[in-house]
Amino acid sequence: MSAAGAIAGILVLALNAYVLLGGADFGGGVWDLLARGPRAARQRDLVAHAIGPVWEANHVWLILAIVILFTCFPAAFARISITLHVPLALMLVGIVVRGSAFTFRSSGAGDARFERRWGRAFAGASLLTPLLLGITLAAIASGRLTVAGNGEGGRGKGFAEGYVLPWLTPFGLAVGLLTLACFAYLAAVYLVLEADDPDLREDFRHGAMRSGMVVLAAAVLALGLAGTGAPRLVDGLVRSSWAIPYVAITAATAAAAMVALWRRRYGLARIAAVVEVSLLVWGWALAQYPYLVPPELTVAGVAAPAITLRLVLIGLGGGAVVLVPSLYYLFRVFKMPGTG
Amino acid sequence: MSDLLAARAQMGVSLAFHIVFAVIGIAMPLLMVVAEVRWLKSGDTVYLELARRWAKGTAVLFAVGAVSGTVLSFELGLLWPGFMELAGPIIGIPFSLEGFAFFIEAIFLGVYLYGWTRIPARAHVAAGVLVAVSGALSGIFVVIVNAWMNAPTGFTLVDSRIAAVDPLAAMANGAAFSQTLHMTLAAYAATGLAVAGIHAWSLRRDPMNAFHLKALKVALLVGAPAAILQPLSGDLAARQVARTQPAKFAAMEALFETTRGAPLTLGGWPDVDARETRFAVEIPRALSLLTLRDAGGEIVGLDQVPPENWPDVPAVHLSFQVMVALGGYLALVSAWALAVLARRRELAGRPRLLVALAVATPMGFIATEAGWIVTELGRQPWVIQGVLRTADAVTPMPGLVVPFAGFTLLYVFLGVVVLVILRRLVRHTPVILDEGR
Repeated sequence: MSAAGAIAGILVLALNAYVLLGGADFGGGVWDLLARGPRAARQRDLVAHAIGPVWEANHVWLILAIVILFTCFPAAFARISITLHVPLALMLVGIVVRGSAFTFRSSGAGDARFERRWGRAFAGASLLTPLLLGITLAAIASGRLTVAGNGEGGRGKGFAEGYVLPWLTPFGLAVGLLTLACFAYLAAVYLVLEADDPDLREDFRHGAMRSGMVVLAAAVLALGLAGTGAPRLVDGLVRSSWAIPYVAITAATAAAAMVALWRRRYGLARIAAVVEVSLLVWGWALAQYPYLVPPELTVAGVAAPAITLRLVLIGLGGGAVVLVPSLYYLFRVFKMPGTG
Repeated sequence: MSDLLAARAQMGVSLAFHIVFAVIGIAMPLLMVVAEVRWLKSGDTVYLELARRWAKGTAVLFAVGAVSGTVLSFELGLLWPGFMELAGPIIGIPFSLEGFAFFIEAIFLGVYLYGWTRIPARAHVAAGVLVAVSGALSGIFVVIVNAWMNAPTGFTLVDSRIAAVDPLAAMANGAAFSQTLHMTLAAYAATGLAVAGIHAWSLRRDPMNAFHLKALKVALLVGAPAAILQPLSGDLAARQVARTQPAKFAAMEALFETTRGAPLTLGGWPDVDARETRFAVEIPRALSLLTLRDAGGEIVGLDQVPPENWPDVPAVHLSFQVMVALGGYLALVSAWALAVLARRRELAGRPRLLVALAVATPMGFIATEAGWIVTELGRQPWVIQGVLRTADAVTPMPGLVVPFAGFTLLYVFLGVVVLVILRRLVRHTPVILDEGR
């Protein structure tokens, strides 16, 4: 495999980690928003307790993905930044409000009104960011981010035509919904394991099953709209030999997660849910390959000079040596059963 | 407002906002660790209380720093895609390294903040040390990128395309050492003396409270040595600017004409049309002496630079004067405080020193902002000195005034909320009577 291909793989890996870890933190915000019934306050506490020590570390995966993108595939970064300025800027507002609101809330020093207000801001921003992340990824897959479409060659075009219509599509919204549903689903599946109270565990078990169904519905909707939303992608998939088995395996994993939740096999449910969502991320990546931003920018075509790629690979290797034990320690301290 | 100006304003606001939290994120962990180590060594629970309280404030400030830093990593592309497309392969490596440093920082901050009762005390201190070290490294990596924008190396331009890229040479650019040293010291000086100032003020009103006295001592231990060393690193940085960015240097010093035995211009208002600086105090030959270590040496003035390549001379000169004046004050007050401490005299009984320290509270941050205005406005009209103009790097998207206004409002709002929260934290200080006196 070429250095550029390997780095593109690591980029998807970082995004995958962000979805599984950072995504679940956003999902926690969804459950904060949906907390109902006699145990609402305790549900919110469990979410805050689960996110507290790890959200900042989970969040760095996105930064890692961005720095890899602009160091190794600068033209792709520039194209995405120009054409998707609006959804990315809105996503950033969501990231800022979510992170700030979460820590503001926990520093309220017992002021209930202050805490409630920031709790709501935290929950609202937790909806906005995943939606826009999904819309952004869908827009990249759509094949509409072309020179002629806007950006460099389209200076004369109107704002809406150049900077809004390429991403504000039914397909984009469906993928946004799918992303949000995946995040909520992951959060609920993790929270089932973190709850030490049987009632609370049942609450999140039901939440996990409900959101798991929404994931399935949104995935079907996104696939259905992909024919018009991302036609080239679908053309490639139809012609490929791996698409049908891949979709079948993903569906089987989704079913396994549901069955495991139904039978209260929570450890198994977590593994199945993680695999299911990871398969969705990699399905998007593989369907696009070798394009980074279809239909014009390929991984090899926009790769940085060989020396830069080599140094980044060395840096990533060295970084992983430090990072992996540190992450292991963080999760061992806060996420092992019996430490709550 | 033109799109270019809006983009520059948004970047400026984002950086000015983030830098405050970045600086605190670098230095506060060191204060917490020093306090915690003192607690472990002496068993004095006041130090434990200090470390815990500082950790609470740091949690809020670090979170805002983390998210505003994320915004910046995207804004590099959202506002300056032309810059990133050119610079990414050359100088992206330190950003990647910064990613890992930030990872370690975030991981062990989580361990530190939430691990007080979960892990042994030594592991807890070690986590704090890792936060402090990786925080400093994060800052250093980012400033290396900025230094490269001022002194670009590690590539050649062939028909406005980059060739012969050497990222390691780019990292080892001429401005990297002086700029990272200057910025790291600034972080410790600004934060340390701001914390010292707050507690000095409280101590003046409540002189028997050991909590404030001990807090003041720890803060001085971190802030004062950095503030005293800062003028030396500033000298290093200024002479580097003189070598690689004569236009920026001439604007800093308001030197319009190339001069042998150039004077040092203190204060004053540079009149760009008349090409002279009004109302300034001049120290004969001092600029040549400071810059070249030769009182008769020649300093290049703005007359050697085509006017279209001039930065905003009054803004750069005045910001530079503000930075130097505040930095000088901080160094003097620090020397005074350390002298009192070294002679084992009581700080609490020195009301004038306490007032001088209290006055210094915001100064380090103002000086840091002024210093960044010097380095960023002083480089204009270039985004990469002599290579790429800022105007050629901006995104083609129209209507940039909207995101500028939006992010500015968001940051002003967040800034106010952070101040409210910090005020609450500071107000809830315990009263611990000093029995040892």
